Amino acid sequence: MTAQAAETEDLATVIGLEVHVQLETDTKIFCGCSTEPAEEPNANTCPVCLGLPGALPVVNEGAVEAAVRVGKAIDADIPEETTFHRKNYYYPDLPKNFQITQYDAPICADGELEFSVGGERRTVGIRRAHLEEDPGSLQHKGGSIDTADYTLVDYNRAGTPLMEIVTRPDFRSADEVRAFLAKLEEVLEYLGVFDSSRDGSLRVDANLSLVDADDVAADGTVDEAVLEAANRTEVKNISSHRGAEKALAYEETRQKNAIERGRAVEQETRHWDESKGVTLSMRSKEEEKDYRYFREADLPPLRVADWRERLAIPELPDARRERFQAEYGLSEEAASKLTSTKQVADFFEDVAEAFDPDLAATWVADELLGELNYRDMAVTDVADRFDEIERLVELVATDEITAKNARETVLRSMLDDGEGPDEIVEEAGLGKTSGDEVQQAVEAAIEENPDAVADYHDGEDGAINFLVGQVMGKTGGSADPGDVNQLLREELEG
Amino acid sequence: MSTEYNGYVTAERVEGAEDGPLAGRTVAVKDNISTEGVRTTCGSAMLADYVPPYDATVVERLKAAGATIPGKTNMDEFGMGTTTETSAFGAVENPVAPGHVPGGSSGGSAAVVAAGDADLALGSDTGGSIRCPAAFCGVVGIKPTYGLVSRYGLVAYANSLEQIGPIAPTVEEAAELLEVIAGPDERDATTRDAREEGSDYEYAAAADGDIAGMEVGIPTELLDGADEAVVETFWDAIDDLEARGVTTHEVELPSVEHAVEAYYVIAMSEASSNLARFDGVRYGVSGGFDGNWNETFARAREEGFGDEVKRRVLLGTYALSAGYHDKYYQKAQDARAWIQADFDEALAEADVLASPTMPVPPMELGESLDDPLTMYLADANTTPVNLANLPAISVPAGETPEGLPVGLQFVGPAFGEHAVIRAGSALA
Repeated sequence: MTAQAAETEDLATVIGLEVHVQLETDTKIFCGCSTEPAEEPNANTCPVCLGLPGALPVVNEGAVEAAVRVGKAIDADIPEETTFHRKNYYYPDLPKNFQITQYDAPICADGELEFSVGGERRTVGIRRAHLEEDPGSLQHKGGSIDTADYTLVDYNRAGTPLMEIVTRPDFRSADEVRAFLAKLEEVLEYLGVFDSSRDGSLRVDANLSLVDADDVAADGTVDEAVLEAANRTEVKNISSHRGAEKALAYEETRQKNAIERGRAVEQETRHWDESKGVTLSMRSKEEEKDYRYFREADLPPLRVADWRERLAIPELPDARRERFQAEYGLSEEAASKLTSTKQVADFFEDVAEAFDPDLAATWVADELLGELNYRDMAVTDVADRFDEIERLVELVATDEITAKNARETVLRSMLDDGEGPDEIVEEAGLGKTSGDEVQQAVEAAIEENPDAVADYHDGEDGAINFLVGQVMGKTGGSADPGDVNQLLREELEG
Repeated sequence: MSTEYNGYVTAERVEGAEDGPLAGRTVAVKDNISTEGVRTTCGSAMLADYVPPYDATVVERLKAAGATIPGKTNMDEFGMGTTTETSAFGAVENPVAPGHVPGGSSGGSAAVVAAGDADLALGSDTGGSIRCPAAFCGVVGIKPTYGLVSRYGLVAYANSLEQIGPIAPTVEEAAELLEVIAGPDERDATTRDAREEGSDYEYAAAADGDIAGMEVGIPTELLDGADEAVVETFWDAIDDLEARGVTTHEVELPSVEHAVEAYYVIAMSEASSNLARFDGVRYGVSGGFDGNWNETFARAREEGFGDEVKRRVLLGTYALSAGYHDKYYQKAQDARAWIQADFDEALAEADVLASPTMPVPPMELGESLDDPLTMYLADANTTPVNLANLPAISVPAGETPEGLPVGLQFVGPAFGEHAVIRAGSALA
């Protein structure tokens, strides 16, 4: 962007992403080592992922299958044959000083992903998505990368399958990026190929540039030549969708400020510093890297022509949301909440089938997700307690406890103290009080409160509420207030 | 068991299983083939202390077949040489032609077999590295079809070109060793099962000398410019074969004039990547250098690699670089495809093709080190075969008037090891 277009309201923001996601497979992409995170450094390694002389890669077809499923989900083209290349560069975390990746025949090309942002539907194009191996990780001891006394290399991560998803420059704002990434994570989790709770499972590099708003075509696209001419910054080190939104909003403002002040935006790579909330220049001058790509002769071309047909994918969030609205009569909001993750949606359907869709929707969408949200917990944190939560819904459905107690006491204790619903009901004495006990409490309340009884007969409506309160107190809140009201009236009139 | 001609880098004995087809025989292993617990140097200072924690697939197969490994043989550094003079552990002298080189890069393997210090040996052939030393030392060497023998554990020089293969005093023994090491390996995705390629693994049975009726094509291009004594020895051997019922005809392989260039561009490009991991972090001289890690890597590589390795890594890096990639690397790939097509055509009319293995007799020690280009041109007859992924054998064809060994090369169709073995067995 040149300094002439200093009116920032005439500028349009253009963002494109390179998203690296770790694919969830049992073993690494080119060897049989486990991908489970290990406490001990270099525990999950072998000659192949260590890049020992003479070791050879063999493709883990599970990783390719996961990538094909992603391709189906983003409506991408899967080629007849996919090939691997070497990307050559020297870095201490790279066991072979080249990375096996894909170049001219990626596993996915020309896809798209639809998502909602601010109540609007948006679609972003996905140029390509390819497979590659993750490098190892570095631990700098006694300082940062520049000041450390020494650096240790851990190859546990080396060889974890990565998918690099490259979007078209279709984003116009930072909040679109956030919404897209959230949707992408959701889809990947639905496919069972991604675990967002895993450290480093999502890494984002973003290109952001400002162009003249007039250069944005009616359909929202921007000409390649315009983008080439605009100076862009590449923002690295983004590791979450929230981080992406913050980093890109910051970068957008920084570039606008520069242009407003008549300064040129430099084409450069910038590092997102999450703790400081700023992007920092990594190199003053961006040099074009030459990775000397060439075919990896150790891996013959892999025929994947019929994999698209062969591999099934589950119902995806958008389709499921629509079905929930139609099948269970849910509002769009409730259906959206209930399809936010596959786990939640599956759980909802289990509960709905066992009891009643309305009750299931209330308990899963409102009560459970609400309480989890309040505690900053995720559904994955209670995934192993779905049986207990279902039991809680059963206690409500069969009228054994009141909804109020279930919500305010049992669910909260379950989440806070980790106890099971039956234990809590037992300990707190929340089982619904039997008719006889309520009847006795009603009679006692009438006998003990002659003034209130007189007021009732004088037509004072408040008196009945007072008496209900007395009965509730005697029964420890376990009686049903409606029932109590009814019983009192019968007793007083009779 | 050291040898005065410097055949072994490490003479450490490894015993195999008690029984098996190779029981009681010693098989020396080239020092770029990984042996668990025994250092594997690749003839380089960079790996002088590197002890692999695993066995190459071929070593596992040797052990299971009952072979004893008497040691790891000397070689040109990372296989980069035609004379076994670029080894960081000193040059190997040709035991049957004193004062001369044994050929390379598997010079140690051919030398220990020629001297009788091992019954058999494994070499590796990227552009002639088995056939050249076999020819220079007067023994037999087979370069198998690409994909017949697992490369798992072979320290890569140029991974799209190289194969491990046998070196032996006779064709039959070489074929026996090939039977042990051939066959698919799930750890090497480029291996294929010969049985699925219309072939089988009965190689020794093919070494029956029964060549009557074989059709041998002779590519004239591979005789052009060859040493006169070599050419004469070659024709004498062909006359002998014809007398035993072989028919011959001349064939043209117009593409092979580009083979050496294409070979070196591809091999050096792949080498620049394959050798990148040797950066001082886990191999070679590490630490003690000032500067950032990039400078440290450069210093470690400067200290750990010899001149020929540096030359090839630099040239390979250049050939793959933006702006030169299409001009060199891509062009070399195009030439490779052309060479493959030429061989297919020639082999459609012949059972095997015959040529001198090397256009020259063994050089004198020290003669070619300062003239890499002349050394590269000596690979003119062997490199086309690697580019075409085909099997080839080098068998002794006689001697020059000075008594220097001359080898004859037969090239066969893919997975046609039987044809080259049968043809070769008529001579050795």
